Amino acid sequence: MKMLTALLGWIDARFPLTKMWKEHLSEYYAPKNFNFWYFFGSIALLMLVMQIITGIFLTMNYKPDAELAFASVEYIMRDVEWGWLIRYLHSTGASAFFIVIYLHMFRGLMYGSYQKPRELIWLFGMLIYVALMAEAFMGYLLPWGQMSYWGAQVIISLFGTIPFGIGEPVSAWIRGDFVIADATLNRFFAFHVIAVPMILLMLVVAHILALHEVGSNNPDGIDIKKHKDENGIPLDGIPFHPYYSVKDIVGIIVFLIFFAVVIFFIPDLWGWFLEKDNFIPADPLKTPEHIVPLWYFTPFYAILRAVPPIFGSQFPGVLAMAMAIVVLFLVPWLDRSPVRSIRYRGAIYKIALAIFVISFLFLGWLGTQPAGGVYLTLSRIFSVVYFGFFILMPWYTMIDKTKPVPERVTDK
Amino acid sequence: MSKEGVDLGKRRFLTAATTVVGGVGVAVALVPFISYMMPSARARAAGAPVEVDISKLELGKKMTIGWRKKPVWVIRRTETNLSDLETLDPEMEDPLSEVPQQPSYTTGRIRAIKPEYMVVIGLCTHLGCSPTFRPDLGAHDLGGDAWKGGFFCPCHGSKFDLSGRVYAGAPAPTNLVVPPHKYLTDTVIIIGEDQGVA
Amino acid sequence: MKKLIFAMIFFVMPGVVLASAGFSCGKIDCYKAKTDLNNKASLQRGVKLFVNYCMGCHSTKFMSYKRMATDLDLSDDQVLKNLMFKDGKIGDYMTTVKPAGMNPPDLSLVGRSRGKDWLYTYLKTFYVDESRPMGVNNLAFADVGMPHPMWELEGMKKAVFKKDKHGMSEFEKFEIISEGTMSPAKFNQATLDLVNYLDYTGEPAKLIRLDLGIKVILFLIILLIPAYLMKKAFWEDIH
Repeated sequence: MKMLTALLGWIDARFPLTKMWKEHLSEYYAPKNFNFWYFFGSIALLMLVMQIITGIFLTMNYKPDAELAFASVEYIMRDVEWGWLIRYLHSTGASAFFIVIYLHMFRGLMYGSYQKPRELIWLFGMLIYVALMAEAFMGYLLPWGQMSYWGAQVIISLFGTIPFGIGEPVSAWIRGDFVIADATLNRFFAFHVIAVPMILLMLVVAHILALHEVGSNNPDGIDIKKHKDENGIPLDGIPFHPYYSVKDIVGIIVFLIFFAVVIFFIPDLWGWFLEKDNFIPADPLKTPEHIVPLWYFTPFYAILRAVPPIFGSQFPGVLAMAMAIVVLFLVPWLDRSPVRSIRYRGAIYKIALAIFVISFLFLGWLGTQPAGGVYLTLSRIFSVVYFGFFILMPWYTMIDKTKPVPERVTDK
Repeated sequence: MSKEGVDLGKRRFLTAATTVVGGVGVAVALVPFISYMMPSARARAAGAPVEVDISKLELGKKMTIGWRKKPVWVIRRTETNLSDLETLDPEMEDPLSEVPQQPSYTTGRIRAIKPEYMVVIGLCTHLGCSPTFRPDLGAHDLGGDAWKGGFFCPCHGSKFDLSGRVYAGAPAPTNLVVPPHKYLTDTVIIIGEDQGVA
Repeated sequence: MKKLIFAMIFFVMPGVVLASAGFSCGKIDCYKAKTDLNNKASLQRGVKLFVNYCMGCHSTKFMSYKRMATDLDLSDDQVLKNLMFKDGKIGDYMTTVKPAGMNPPDLSLVGRSRGKDWLYTYLKTFYVDESRPMGVNNLAFADVGMPHPMWELEGMKKAVFKKDKHGMSEFEKFEIISEGTMSPAKFNQATLDLVNYLDYTGEPAKLIRLDLGIKVILFLIILLIPAYLMKKAFWEDIH
C-alpha cells in the first residue's frame, strides 16, 4: 500500500494522474437528479470501446480484397474460434450503437442540453454522429455482400448528382473506379479501421472535455452551480465517482442483457440489423430487387426520395438529405425557449417533439419500403414535418407558455 | 449529502461482491478473444498428418516435406553415416537424446524408427532458422576430417550431425526435433501421427 | 398520451407491412418449416439427402466436412466413407465440380439469404410444366432453371390454377401424376430434414449460440443483483 502511494506520488510529480481523476471522476459534481435517460452517454462510450476491440480482432482475419472479402467473413463466422461471436458483437453492435446514440440525442432534445452554455457539446456530439454515419456506411461495404455493394453504389452515386460537371469526377474520385470495385473496398477499409476511428476518438475527448468544463445538464434543466456550499461544491451536485459509476454499472448491465438477447437469439433482427441479401456475395451484374440502406440511415434515405427531381436532377433530394442533418447542428440557435427542460415547457414544444419523433420513426420505416404511391405521399408529409420541427422552432419556442423553473433540482 | 447513517461495511461488502462476480464475467469474456487468435479450423486441417513416399529417396540424399508449414527432412543415411554417429558422441551436447526432443520410439543415438531413414524437423532449435544440409564428409569449412556430414545453421553457426544431434558449444541448446511419425508401409511414412505402441 | 402514440407506432407499423406484401413465396404464401436444429438425427438424414440430391451440382464451399462431422455427431470415417464422393481429406470444404455450361449457386448461405420457410416451400412445390426446358416449374421460384432434384422420391404432380376475382390466375391445388418411392408423409419429413440441414449450414454457430445466450443472460441477471444493491448502498445518503 505504501509502495503504491509512493508510486502514485512519483507519477503525479510528472503526470497529472490524480488531478485528472479528481477533475473528471471523484470531484466532478454531477446533478443528483439524473434519470434513466442519462445512462446512454456511458453506454455509448462502452459501445465505442467494444466496436474498437472487436474491430481490431476482425481485422486479424478479414481480407479487404474484392475476391476474398466475402469468403473471409464466412471464414471468421465458421472456421475461426469464436469468430461468429466477435463478428456479431461488431455488426449487431453497430446497430446497438446507433440505438444508444439516437436515445442519447433524444435526451438532449428533451432536456435542452444543447442550450447555452452547452452549444459546443452539442456540436461535437453532432460531429461524432456524422463521423459515426461515415464509419458505419464504409464498414457496411466490407462484407462485400449484395447489399454492401449496391447500397454503396447508390449512396456514392448521390455525389454524382452534384451539378456543374463536378458530380461525376467526385464520385469517381471516391470510388477509385467506374463502379464500386476493389479499389473502393480497399480505401473504405483504410478509412473504416484507421482514419475515422481516430477522428471519432478525438471528437469524443472533445465532447467530454467540453461537458466537464461547463458541467452536466439535468432533467430539470437548471444550473446547479447557482447554489453552492461553503466549500464551493454545488448543493445539488454529487461526485460522479462513486455515485454515478455505481449507477452506470447497473444501467450497463441492464443494457447488456438486452444486447445479449439480440446477439445470441436474433443477431440479424429479422433482416433489420443484417439484411438477407447481404448473405449473397456482391454481383456487379445483378441488382437485388429492393436496395435498402440499414435502418439507421433510412429516415434520411426517405427524405432523399421524397424530393422530386427538378430539371431531371436528383440533386435537390441529395441537398434535402444533407440539410436534414445540417439542421440538427443548428438546434442550439433555433431554440428560443427561456427554459431548457421539457418539464417546464408548454404544450406546444411537447407536441412538436412528439410529432417529430413519430415522423422520424415513420421516415425510417418508409425508407425501407419501395418508393411510390402512398409511401411517397407519406414520405413527403413526414419530410415536411421533419423540417417544420426545426424551421418553426424559433417561433413556437418563443410563444410557448413555460412554467416556473424551480431553484433546486426536484426528486422525480 | 450527509455522512451519518452510512453503512460503510455494507458498501464495502457489496462492492467486493460486484467486483468478484463482474471480474469472473470479464475473465470468461476474455476466453473468446484469446481463443480467436489460436489456429483456426482451417489451419488445423492444413496441419493434418501428411503422407510421404520415400521409395525414390537415394542413399545419402535428403528430401523436404512441408508439415504444419514447417520443413520436415527425410535423410537416407548410409552405413558409414550410421557407424560414424558413435564416434561423434564426445562432441555432442546430448549424444543419447535424453532431452525429450523426440517421440519415445526414436531415442538414443540413431533417433529413427528405421536407422536408415532419419525424419527430423528442419528448424534450428536456437532461433528457428532452417540449417543447410552438408553431407560432404570432411568439408574443410566445417572442421575438415572431423566433419562426418550433417547440418550447419547459417544464422548463428550451430552444427548438427546426421541424427540431428547438436554439437556441444553451439548456440542451439538442444537436438533438432523429431516429429511424430509412423510407417504406413515400407516406403510410405505418415508425418504428424504417432506410431502405435509397438 | 405519449405512451399511447408510441404504442400505436409499434402496433400499426407491422400491420401495414403485412398488408403491403403480396405472396411471401412467389405464387403462394410460404409454408412454415417446423424444423429443429437440436434434432441431430434429422440433420444427419438431411446431410445424406444433400450430398445425394444437391451436391451433384451445388457446393457449400464455406462448410468443411470436418465441421459438419463434428457438429452432426458423425465420425470422420463415416463421413469419408458415406458422404464424400471424391478423394479427399476430412478437412476439405464441401465443394463439387460444376456441371459444364451451368453455374448453380453455392448453397452455403442459402438458409440465411432465402430463409428456411422459403426453402421448404420451394422444395415442395415443383410441378410439371412442359413449356420449361427442364419440364418442371415451381410455385416459389417462377421459371426455375433446375430440375426437381427429388422427383424420384416425391413423384410428379401438376398444378391446377383458377382465376381469382381480378381475373388473375391463382394457384388452387396439386394433382398427382405419378407416385414416388416415398409416401407423401415420408417425403415431407425428408424435405424438412434437408431444410433443417441447409438452415444449419447457413450458420453452424447457431448450434451453440442459443445455449450460450441463455447462460450469458443468466449470468448478467445474477451480476445485476449485487450491482443494484451496491448502487442502493451508495445512494443511501443522497436525499
